[in-house]
Amino acid sequence: MIKVEGLTKRYARNVAVDNISFEVGKGQIVGFLGPNGAGKTTTMRVLTCFLPPTSGTAEVAGYDVVQQPMEVKKRIGYLPETPPLYPDMEVAEYVEFVGKLKGMPTGDLAAKVADACERCHITDVRKKLIAKLSKGYKQRVGLAAAIVHNPDVLVLDEPTAGLDPEQRRETLSLIRQLAGDHTVILSTHILPEVEQTCEQVIIISKGQLKAIDTMANLDRRLRGAEIIQVEVEARQGTLGRDTVQQRLEQVAGVQRVTFREAKGQRLAFDVEGTSGQNIQPDLARTVVAADWNLVELHAAGLGLEEIYLQLTGAGAPANQGGAQ
Amino acid sequence: MNPRNTWIICQKELKGYFASPIAYGLMAFFALICGYFFYAAVGWFVFQSTQQMMMRGGAMPMDVADYVVRPVMGNVSVIGLFLIPMITMRLFAEEKRAGTMELLATSPVRDTEIVVGKWLAAVILYLAMLGIAALNLAILFLYSKPEVMPILISFLGLALQGAGLLALGAFISNLTRNQIIAGAGTFAICLLLWVIGWTSEYEQTTFSKVLAYISVTTHFENFAKGVLDTKDVIFYLSVIFFGLFLTVRSMESLRWRA
Repeated sequence: MIKVEGLTKRYARNVAVDNISFEVGKGQIVGFLGPNGAGKTTTMRVLTCFLPPTSGTAEVAGYDVVQQPMEVKKRIGYLPETPPLYPDMEVAEYVEFVGKLKGMPTGDLAAKVADACERCHITDVRKKLIAKLSKGYKQRVGLAAAIVHNPDVLVLDEPTAGLDPEQRRETLSLIRQLAGDHTVILSTHILPEVEQTCEQVIIISKGQLKAIDTMANLDRRLRGAEIIQVEVEARQGTLGRDTVQQRLEQVAGVQRVTFREAKGQRLAFDVEGTSGQNIQPDLARTVVAADWNLVELHAAGLGLEEIYLQLTGAGAPANQGGAQ
Repeated sequence: MNPRNTWIICQKELKGYFASPIAYGLMAFFALICGYFFYAAVGWFVFQSTQQMMMRGGAMPMDVADYVVRPVMGNVSVIGLFLIPMITMRLFAEEKRAGTMELLATSPVRDTEIVVGKWLAAVILYLAMLGIAALNLAILFLYSKPEVMPILISFLGLALQGAGLLALGAFISNLTRNQIIAGAGTFAICLLLWVIGWTSEYEQTTFSKVLAYISVTTHFENFAKGVLDTKDVIFYLSVIFFGLFLTVRSMESLRWRA
């Protein structure tokens, strides 16, 4: 559905997007992930024919964004970061206007508008002025307008920015419902959102593609480097740090053991296992067999966040809300 | 250019004017000023004719067209210069500020359709304002028999002049995202195009002739007299075309400048 090859967008002084290539299949829901200023919005603007690429090509639904922009625009629904709303219009009037702009025939327009409003749960405010709506409602009005013409591809730029947790959850579940009929590409810098919603993840940073994979694959890649935190304590007296470390290193499948900290009598270690091997039971048995107290043993709560921070090479706070 | 798309944009823009106080405010001010000029012109006409009656013992034939219609239309044309910036300033600047330009630019409509649609809406509002002026003049027909054609021609002139300036205003509004700047810029251009011909009154150099030719009001003078000259019509049509052309170009430049 979406095919991007060697896409580069250069502004006067800086390169916003640097030689990005990726493909998105029909009906997929893809998370576009990166810190602020990574080039997410620029890429989306190229896909929606708002900006021309400096070099490289982008195809949406089989049409080139430079050669056949009209065809692309008919097949794409776009919700920019700030929903493009006219405050002095009524909700239904606005959605209808966008439908007309997208070239929908007038015949079943009213029905389609009602349907889009229904799907985005804004039927109850249909007759209200947009200016009077709360931020969450405005976002949903923007979404309704983006899907009213039933586009093949839906491009959502930070659809949850500035929403409260409840609204965020609702919007995401709405987006999940939309996938399947539509190919969805959504950008965000909020990681859990991607984990909840997307099948595929594209991570970019400073305009460069850092990773593109399915959620499952990323997860597997992660398991490979899984770190298990072990905390032990002597039943009596004190425990030698080196003794424990040596014993843990002997467990089958363990790659590396690093001492983390001592909490009074307790010693905490990070144990790195071999990819694909579940070493937790053996670790537990070893500790118990050595007659130590096993205080804690758990796989460190790694998620997309770790990969993300690693790939984007930034210690940037990842779940900082709001947009720039 | 697809007329349907143009009309969709135009309709939306008209709703924008009439759903907000803009249209009503502008029309009310216009009605007020226009009404005053009409009142003053008729008053002057009555004063003149009574005086002539007293001095010469009989009324000289005085023409309503010369004493009322022409000055009123001349004034209306100047008021137009002041109100046009207020009509056009929001056309594009507001869309840019609110980010709705992104919606238009990513919808399957051509730049020309957007520009012409918006300009058309501005022209319709301007014509509605002229309708108020026409209402004033209609009163004349109750008490006298002015010739209809010259009045229609001068309205045509006003419409053409307005349409041309509105096109220039649309262009200036497209250059900025700030309505105030758009309004002030358009006002400056309107004012300049009005006064630019003044030097030709005492100078006969080629330069001042060129300046006089550029002045929008010079071309209106013929219309106000009820004279339909193709030269003037072509001048206004080319201003319209030039303004719209620049606007479309400026829309396109948004893409590569961004």
